[in-house]
Amino acid sequence: MSFKFNLKKRNKAEEIRSYNGMTKLQWTWKEVLRNKTAYFMLAPFFTLFVIFTVLPVLLSIFLSLTDFNMLEMPEWQGLKNYIRLFLEDEIFILACQNTLIFAAITGPVSYILSLLVAWFVNELPPKIRAVVTLVFYAPSISGQVYLIWKTLFSSDSYGWANAVLMDLGMITEPILWFEDAKYVMPLCIVVALWTSLGTAFLSFIAGFQTVDRSMYEAGAVDGIKNRWQELWYITLPTMRPQMMFGAVLAITNSFGFGGVVTALCGFPSVGYAAHTIMHHLDDYGGQRYEIGYASAIAVVLFIIMFGANRVIKKALSKVGES
Amino acid sequence: MAAVKKLRTRGHRVVLNRSAGGDAGITFMLTILGIIMFVPMYYVVIQSLKPLDELFRFPPEFWVYSPTFDNFADLFTLMGDSWVPFSRYIFNTVFLTVCGTLGNLVFASMAAYSLAKLRFPGRNAIFQLIVASLMFHSTVNQVTHFIILSSFGWIDTYLSIIVPSMATTMGLYLMKQFMETSVPDTVLESARLDGASEFRIFLTIAMPMVKPAWLTLMIECFKTLWNSGSSIYIHSEELKTFNYAINQIVSGGVARSGAAAAAIVVMMSVPIIIFVINQSKIIETMGSSGMKD
Repeated sequence: MSFKFNLKKRNKAEEIRSYNGMTKLQWTWKEVLRNKTAYFMLAPFFTLFVIFTVLPVLLSIFLSLTDFNMLEMPEWQGLKNYIRLFLEDEIFILACQNTLIFAAITGPVSYILSLLVAWFVNELPPKIRAVVTLVFYAPSISGQVYLIWKTLFSSDSYGWANAVLMDLGMITEPILWFEDAKYVMPLCIVVALWTSLGTAFLSFIAGFQTVDRSMYEAGAVDGIKNRWQELWYITLPTMRPQMMFGAVLAITNSFGFGGVVTALCGFPSVGYAAHTIMHHLDDYGGQRYEIGYASAIAVVLFIIMFGANRVIKKALSKVGES
Repeated sequence: MAAVKKLRTRGHRVVLNRSAGGDAGITFMLTILGIIMFVPMYYVVIQSLKPLDELFRFPPEFWVYSPTFDNFADLFTLMGDSWVPFSRYIFNTVFLTVCGTLGNLVFASMAAYSLAKLRFPGRNAIFQLIVASLMFHSTVNQVTHFIILSSFGWIDTYLSIIVPSMATTMGLYLMKQFMETSVPDTVLESARLDGASEFRIFLTIAMPMVKPAWLTLMIECFKTLWNSGSSIYIHSEELKTFNYAINQIVSGGVARSGAAAAAIVVMMSVPIIIFVINQSKIIETMGSSGMKD
């Protein structure tokens, strides 16, 4: 299958020349033999990749159609798991809502923030730029540093947020930040955003630096008046590949903040206020051992992630149009 | 005749399309955002240096009057009481990180070279598959991952962390993109004419040319492994990581908040130092990270 896909991409002339009177299959086989080293070099990585990434996905799809508890053989169930998921599981629907709210805010905001900050940073002289880059990037590589938010927003008066509010006389009793359904979600979003200026951010910074300076001069001659026009008509279209890469990462991350939420609010979070699909998956897969049902949850999450990627690709192709 | 517009300069360079008001506005926004980003990081460091009485002062202050390293010392005594010696957690983190990162470097750079510079049937399909894997977070696979690892009998061993991390796709992706732009085909072609084997070309010509990408790949992999906390594949206490131990201290409550901050500082200083040293090389690699649609 895969080589056909490859062949389609070659242009016609090259195709006719390279067959040399052989059939497609013979030619492909010859090419395979000729490139033995290539496959050999790819093999170790690809084998592990298939075992630990491709196989789990396929297995999830299969198991989602069965009832499986890790001990007995899987039992075929058809679409029963999915029906139960959407019609009977109220917590799942809640988790879906939370995940979508969470992703719809953290994804775009972290993306735009990365892009704008990278753009601002790009105007700075190199030495200062390095320092400012570090300030913005550091939270994303520092692991569990986000736990400090638990101290800043701790539920007693030693927490900075409570202390400030009490000092101002706005509250008399400390607020239980991470145990109050009202505050849990917004706080988690803030913390997630705080840690979200990661690889994509660096990619944007690099992207801004690679734009050809003469393009700006040409743009100025052609009547570009301010920095916003320059950004939209010149800079962004030339760095569309970086924007694509950044978008993929932003989506991936916006659905993967489950760990941050668990560390901050415990599991399950109060009144399921910050319960995401990821937590629901953890609940059924890691604790109740209803693997079939958990797999169905995973498959739904896959579909959402790929769907989001599709939409973003469409949207990004519009950048730079007037 | 239109009047000649006076060009703004910054230093001695002409700057186009930049108004003074805009410059000020952007500096202002960047400062505000920078402060928001920086304050929590700063606060961890301050907390870790506070003596006990300052930790419990009301309202909490963003300054330390008599800095002390007691909290760091406490960290070690606290850890002395734990089930397994503290050094064991550190060893585990370092061991897992080093093995996984080196494995990823070797496997991924071989694969990257073959995907970037050799043309063979199936190449595009394989690369598309790898790009697709960037689109979902690996925790989605957690459950089936567990089944696969347990069928190998790897649950509760180092292997369950090290081997899967060798196949991390992010580093491979960055390496492949970088090789494509920075290793010229003509150099490889002339080496082939001289009769060098493909593997030798990879080792002696391509790899030295992409040193910035090695670093970036290693740091990408390092950052994930170093920051990995408790894993569902590991239950023996003596195989758990430093990060897991920190979580235990932090959940110890207010009484331990000084030691907890100290632990976080120890943990975060390593990736930050590595990044500071290699920043320019990482940015260089990222220049080719773009994705064609």
